[in-house]
Amino acid sequence: MVKLTIDGREFQAEEEKTILEVASENGIHIPTLCYHEEVSPYGACRLCMVEVTRKGRKRLVASCLYPVAEGLVVRTETPEVNNIRRTVIELLLARCPDSEVVQEMAHDLGVDKPIFSLEEDNHKCILCALCTRVCQEVVGVSAITLVNRGVDRQMATPFYDFSEVCIGCGSCSFVCPTRAISFEDVGDTRVLTMPHVTMEFKLKKCSKCGKYWAPERQLEYIAKTAGIAPEAFDICPDCRD
Amino acid sequence: MERLSSPAELEKVRKSIVSKRDAKKPCITVCSGTGCHAFGCEKVSTAFQNEIKRLGLEEKVDVRTTGCHGFCERGPLVVIRPRDIFYQRVSADDAAEIISETVLKNNVIDRLLYADPNTGKKVVHEHEVPFYAGQKRFVFGNNGYIDPSSIDDYLAVGGYAALGKVLSGIKPEAVIEEIKKSGLRGRGGGGFPTGIKWESCRNAPSEDSVRYIICNADEGDPGAYMDRSLLEGNPHSVLEGMLIGAYAIGGHEGYVYVRHEYPLAVKNVRLAIKQAEEYGLLGKNILGSGFDFSIRINRGGGAFICGESSALMASLEGKVGEPRAKYIHTVEKGLWEKPTTLNNVETWANVPLIINQGADWYTKTGTANSKGTKIFSLVGKVNNTGLVEVPMGITLKEIIYDIGGGIPGGKKFKAVQTGGPSGGVIPDSLINLPVDFDELTKSGSMMGSGGMIVMDEDNCMVDIAKYFIGFLEGESCGKCVPCREGLKRMREILDGISEGRGKEGDIELLERLSTTLTDGALCALGSTAPNPVLSTIRYFRDEYEAHIKEKRCPAGVCKELITYQIIKEKCPGCGLCIKSCPSEAITSGGKKQPVILDQEKCIKCGACYDVCKLGAVKVS
Repeated sequence: MVKLTIDGREFQAEEEKTILEVASENGIHIPTLCYHEEVSPYGACRLCMVEVTRKGRKRLVASCLYPVAEGLVVRTETPEVNNIRRTVIELLLARCPDSEVVQEMAHDLGVDKPIFSLEEDNHKCILCALCTRVCQEVVGVSAITLVNRGVDRQMATPFYDFSEVCIGCGSCSFVCPTRAISFEDVGDTRVLTMPHVTMEFKLKKCSKCGKYWAPERQLEYIAKTAGIAPEAFDICPDCRD
Repeated sequence: MERLSSPAELEKVRKSIVSKRDAKKPCITVCSGTGCHAFGCEKVSTAFQNEIKRLGLEEKVDVRTTGCHGFCERGPLVVIRPRDIFYQRVSADDAAEIISETVLKNNVIDRLLYADPNTGKKVVHEHEVPFYAGQKRFVFGNNGYIDPSSIDDYLAVGGYAALGKVLSGIKPEAVIEEIKKSGLRGRGGGGFPTGIKWESCRNAPSEDSVRYIICNADEGDPGAYMDRSLLEGNPHSVLEGMLIGAYAIGGHEGYVYVRHEYPLAVKNVRLAIKQAEEYGLLGKNILGSGFDFSIRINRGGGAFICGESSALMASLEGKVGEPRAKYIHTVEKGLWEKPTTLNNVETWANVPLIINQGADWYTKTGTANSKGTKIFSLVGKVNNTGLVEVPMGITLKEIIYDIGGGIPGGKKFKAVQTGGPSGGVIPDSLINLPVDFDELTKSGSMMGSGGMIVMDEDNCMVDIAKYFIGFLEGESCGKCVPCREGLKRMREILDGISEGRGKEGDIELLERLSTTLTDGALCALGSTAPNPVLSTIRYFRDEYEAHIKEKRCPAGVCKELITYQIIKEKCPGCGLCIKSCPSEAITSGGKKQPVILDQEKCIKCGACYDVCKLGAVKVS
């Protein structure tokens, strides 16, 4: 355990934890868009930047990645920190003007109108890579990835086509902070809409109630990875005892 | 070749190589560096070889194809050793005459000598050429003497003696201490003290004692080719440095991460590794000491970001070359999460020098906190383009005027850009600045890996900033928001300013975006990227204001803000400009009458301006 100070309050924390984890466990809010506790931290959005002082040296760091240390002094809001957050949200607002999440966060950070020209065809994607990380680390299929470099970077399926390994689980949509990925179950089909591709998945019909309840590919994947007999999924959870 | 089993045996082999060589035997060294290749040096070498064969002089005269000598401006370069006679702009046709006159009769061929452009005086010997006279070629010097494909050549000039020395009983800790004492700092850009890096890596816990050594040869700065020339010209010196580093930190595996676009460097390093393995200088039980070390080559795909250490390691692991936060240093958790020491090519090449001559000798050169020499790639608006190795603390003025021979065409020096694309520009008022890590940083630029681009009065500083920001925008990996989105917006603002759409507040917005990158970007590419903008605003704010407020480009570069005009009084109607104009904007005004330029058709390419020798075309 180490002792550290965040915004004037003293905390004890386990050494492996990051500043962001300790802060959020203790009710101190640090804004972020690319962090999710279920996947490895990435440090891309830079909204969670904070000021740390350690051994007399002051610097700005990404709190989602910076490990806590004995005697660390953290300030979550300083003029420098606020400048980064404000500018980052201005940049994201210009990139994704239609994203309500970005708009709200911009408002919270005191940005009411965009200062840069707005991107058309913006798809609401801020390239936080939560979708690709959850797909790789949690689901374990890597059906999507980030392609190209720099300003040309995009979240995509291989060749912008139907991803052969995608199981249609929708975890990517679940973690997407800006709702750039969504899905809808229409009749016997799940339609998964991503910024540059739309994919359709056949849904499994419950042999008891007749409801379409989950993508067949997803159930096959679960059966295979968990070693469960595929027949176990003939009945939907609602119809089980 | 049998594997050498002890340092003593290495010295024996060295003695035997040296004894077989006659120091007085004429040796024609032909520079085969990147620049001379472009000038056709291969044909020159072949011509020498053919002529020697024809005359049956194989036993009496050596021809040696060497690495880059540095004076690329005057290539192909040929030096006749041991007399040190320096010939420049040599063609294949000169080979026979050089052999018959200079090699056989000791006559100097006047037309091939270098003439000092300032005095017109002809210079006979290499060391007297002003370009070389001001340099201290500790690291780069052997390039001109050895054939990079011959390990015997390297051994003949004392190669692997430093390795032999450390393996003769110097403890790894003592090696680290010597490097620390030497004050050597990383030549790749960061300037981090090498000895401290090694010590941290040696002391970092590693469960299975695995520690890696990496040579960063992913040189990507526009116009820079120092590391390329070292690897091409003296690969063994880099390998020897890595070997000593590996011994010091307790590592047994090393990688050379080199750009695939450097085929000759890849070839020469590959050959050097093979030769070193055959001699027992790489592999198991090196020189019978029990120390094992092997080196593998990994070719980079050409992404600038892969020169950043954490991105390079990701690339080496087979992942996408993207940086990660280095709050846990790579000396603790680097390649495959193991303690890793990564140094740049030039840093590694300094190591044998320090071990051989000692830290006390090494620290005699340089300034208080920057020791030794630094190789710069001196390019741009300077008479003597090339690679120069200079002592730390030398002034910019000495590099640009004494070594570089000043600005061509009688133009006025304006600024020098150092440190690669994320370096900054240093203006004329700071021309006496001593060049070292700290002084360059204080000036708003940086040492970087050693790019030095000289600019004259015809360079527009907004245009320069726009160029570098555009380069970095293209090379940003796109992972973090400030770098990906911020550089794009900075480039848009700079585009606007250079195209006459600049507005009040643009400079301030550039400054705010710059601060966001400096403070908030994920890696050093992003955090140093604003330097070209910040330094040009700092020293040339008036130029930005002229573009924004007066819609004027003082240097006459930004196309949207300039017009070309014909000065009627000066134009005799020769028609040279008519022929050069690609858009048929210039027509004849009649015999011996000034030509007529149609502004509607003019694409502002400047071809007429360049071709007119009478100064009848003006830019305004």
